[in-house]
Amino acid sequence: MLRIFSAFICCLLAWQSIANGDVTLTKTSVSTSVSNDAELATLFKKLPVTKLSKMQLLIEQLSATKTPQVKQAFNYLLNGELYYIKANKQVVHAQINEDKKYALTDVLTNTPLDVVAKSKIRKIKTNNRLRGSLRSLLAQFDLTDPNKEIRIAAVKQLLDKPNQTGIDTITKLVKKEQDTDVRELMQVTLLVEQLLNGEHEEKLAAVKQLKTSLEPSVLNEMTNQLSKIAKSTSSTPLSVEDKALKVALEKAIADIDDRKGIFEFAENLFFGVSLGSVLLLAAIGLAITFGVMGVINMAHGEMMMLGAYTTYVIQQAFPQYIEYSLLMAIPAAFLVSGLVGVGIERGVIRHLKGRPLETLLATFGISLILQQLVRSIFSPLNRQVLTPEWMSGSWQINPIFSLTFNRLYIIIFSLMVFVALLMILKKTSLGLHVRAVSQNRDMARALSIKSDWVDAITFGLGSGIAGIAGVVLSQLTNVGPNLGQAYIIDSFLVVVFGGVGNLWGTLVAAMSLGAFNKFLEPVTGSVLANIIVLVGLVLFIQKKPKGLFPQKGRSAD
Amino acid sequence: MKLKKLIIASSIVASSLVTSITYAADTIKVGVLHSLSGTMAISETTLKDTVLMMIDKQNKAGGILGKQLEAVVVDPASNWPLFAEKTRELLAKEKVDVIFGCWTSVSRKSALPVLEELNGLLFYPVQYEGEESSKNVFYTGAAPNQQAIPAIDYLMNDIGAKRWVLAGTDYVYPRTTNKVLKAYLKSKGVKDEDIMVNYTPFGHSDWQSIVAEVKKFGSAGKKTAVVSTINGDANIPFYKELGNQGVSAEDIPVVAFSVGEEELSGFDTKPLVGHLAAWNYFQSVESDENETFIADWKKYIGDDKRVTNDPMEATYIGFKMWAKAVEKAGTTDVDAVEQAMIGVAVPNLTGGTAVMNANHHLSKPVLIGEIQEDGQFEVVWETPDTVIGDAWSDYLPSSKNLISDWTAPVKCGNFDVKTAKCSGQNF
Repeated sequence: MLRIFSAFICCLLAWQSIANGDVTLTKTSVSTSVSNDAELATLFKKLPVTKLSKMQLLIEQLSATKTPQVKQAFNYLLNGELYYIKANKQVVHAQINEDKKYALTDVLTNTPLDVVAKSKIRKIKTNNRLRGSLRSLLAQFDLTDPNKEIRIAAVKQLLDKPNQTGIDTITKLVKKEQDTDVRELMQVTLLVEQLLNGEHEEKLAAVKQLKTSLEPSVLNEMTNQLSKIAKSTSSTPLSVEDKALKVALEKAIADIDDRKGIFEFAENLFFGVSLGSVLLLAAIGLAITFGVMGVINMAHGEMMMLGAYTTYVIQQAFPQYIEYSLLMAIPAAFLVSGLVGVGIERGVIRHLKGRPLETLLATFGISLILQQLVRSIFSPLNRQVLTPEWMSGSWQINPIFSLTFNRLYIIIFSLMVFVALLMILKKTSLGLHVRAVSQNRDMARALSIKSDWVDAITFGLGSGIAGIAGVVLSQLTNVGPNLGQAYIIDSFLVVVFGGVGNLWGTLVAAMSLGAFNKFLEPVTGSVLANIIVLVGLVLFIQKKPKGLFPQKGRSAD
Repeated sequence: MKLKKLIIASSIVASSLVTSITYAADTIKVGVLHSLSGTMAISETTLKDTVLMMIDKQNKAGGILGKQLEAVVVDPASNWPLFAEKTRELLAKEKVDVIFGCWTSVSRKSALPVLEELNGLLFYPVQYEGEESSKNVFYTGAAPNQQAIPAIDYLMNDIGAKRWVLAGTDYVYPRTTNKVLKAYLKSKGVKDEDIMVNYTPFGHSDWQSIVAEVKKFGSAGKKTAVVSTINGDANIPFYKELGNQGVSAEDIPVVAFSVGEEELSGFDTKPLVGHLAAWNYFQSVESDENETFIADWKKYIGDDKRVTNDPMEATYIGFKMWAKAVEKAGTTDVDAVEQAMIGVAVPNLTGGTAVMNANHHLSKPVLIGEIQEDGQFEVVWETPDTVIGDAWSDYLPSSKNLISDWTAPVKCGNFDVKTAKCSGQNF
């Protein structure tokens, strides 16, 4: 009992010393007195036996010791690498090695210990709340970190959950800070603090300066202040000072809301374009087989599925090159789906020329066969396709507006595919042949174009592009036998809406459907948005059966 | 000539009838009504295998009442009306003594009228929305008060959540569960503006706007949590989008009721680490029964990588209870077994005991687990005691006076304690 009490006093004193601005302690002067080490050792000993609900107090005590061991241990704890040895309850850092054994290091002395099996050690548990406090406690260590990102994260942590020690530390550091981004964020944090606890004049000044900040906590605090003033008016009339503050706050909030509105619009537009580019990728292959050749290919979705599974196989085959797996998968998926497409054309569709109903049924059958094939080979369970590091995360433009990298790359990629396809059709002799055959088969044959060969290549091209779409979809959705089913209807919609046989129409249709959907979604919810889009399309097709950009001239029939 | 043919034919029919009767007398028939094809095959095939494994084990141990068990497997193909047809086939044609089956609520609702008409017995092993108690069904999965409500308590008390996003797929289970949860949250003093409800279609894959909305909702300065009844497949794009938009489990934790070990085995779990799930069982729980069960399962299925999950435990408990009840009743007669079931206790896999209550629901512990990198869960919280499954939610105005009690003298699935009447309509 006495020991706990003394530990508590110790930690209080330690907090006091940080509050007095003793930040340099963390970096340079490590107190190595015997008593401190002994205290640290006892605290560490408690880690394995403390219940999760009591851990909070323990980590605060640990953090109060301000030793580098604690900082290191906290980091291990955050990463789930802090274990204890079952036999003697020694707290260790465990690193898994290639043989699935764990290499242990003592956290107090940093001396390497044995390499043991998993059963000898047990993980020290954490939960979300604890990790939150760990990060908050680490933030004070991190304010002086040489890495800019870590400093920003630390200041953000304090902006969201301010504590007096942190604010004092920032006050000291803000003048020395070299980086403008970090300095600005620090200033905002201090201004928010000023808004909360400052004198009247300071509050007014803070509001004026904070007007330009888009940090969510700034807006929250302003709204809180405003409602506080509003509450006080019910009992006593407003003082002149409060009135001025109220006006300033209202104006600032309106300003921030205006700017937020602009970014929200931009965000919706980005979401719409990104959905549109996925639709474009899915539909553009179909625009060739259905639009140019006139074949209703119900197996188009399965071509995408094959592309997605190709990505999976590539990742399994080259587990060390996950970062490049997508780049390898693109040509591979194009080849796999393309060859299957050529096979389908040569084997089935060629014999059903001019009989759209039979083609539809035959390709539907093929789609079922392909699904079952994949189910038998890879199992009906979804397969795990990893996301490379460069595809995850987002580009933070300002506190409320960010673009996710995966969507950004997909937009760029689908536009590249679109342009490449357009070039193939317009500038190459193959494209010339394809266009000739689709416009007038007999005349093209008379001019010694091998129309059968052109058909097969065209179908392969469309299928191959569906395969590429599959690579992209593997990054967005589940890779399973039913992957294609989810996109086949959307693909047909886009092609029909855009006008059959017109690539530009497909582009415009995909983008406008995407944007329309995403602007509706926040208002109506996604279920209703889907329905509205479908009803809208039905009405549109009633009016203009040939889509947005109908083909003109004799070739149209 | 014609007459001779007729005689031969009828004698063949008669003899085959006789053999099937004698055959039936030798074995106890167990119907398995799980989809083996279509969208639900992913989840339900596992349960079919679990039942077959249990039957296999029981037979090796000498069967029940000295008879061997015989499995009759049918495939309702994820097609809801087909569940009714297949139930009829199992009961009328195959004359099974018990059925283990169904996953989605809509499939159960489809089979229910047939079960009541032909007096069959169904063990339903999946967590569901409650508001039902039939004489012919035993619910071994969790009712909302055994999964959803404790999860909310955990988020409220331990995580300190003040704002709530109730996100679900647009069908009966999420809609009813969210209704119960909303009523519960309001009873705890949560205001309307602090609750956001969102529904998405099946297999939704473009979560950008919804995640952005959740983010905005969560940036209002109060701790926000997401309660997800999103259906299996749509989950991974959802968690991926959360990760990409920089929403971590520490900022906005998501607690899911449909994400288990089996679902996670197809996922790249990186974006999910730290998010939560509420179940009555996790594979990672350490107990002797669980270790044996996992070892048996891996051996039976012949794959070391296969995982176990909560509905499998529910199937395990249901099967053990049924076997015990048949022994107790000394017959497989549905009415006798139904009465014998009530009060039966068997060890569950998490180290405690599961008891079948008079309302055909189980007493179970509730666990909250955090998702780990390896697709397993780490238990961060559990109820101190087992929780009795509540068929009719106390938080919905339409059902708060209803109780279910299948013992004499009440013998009713929806007894109104205020009016002391039994409406007889059990679902």
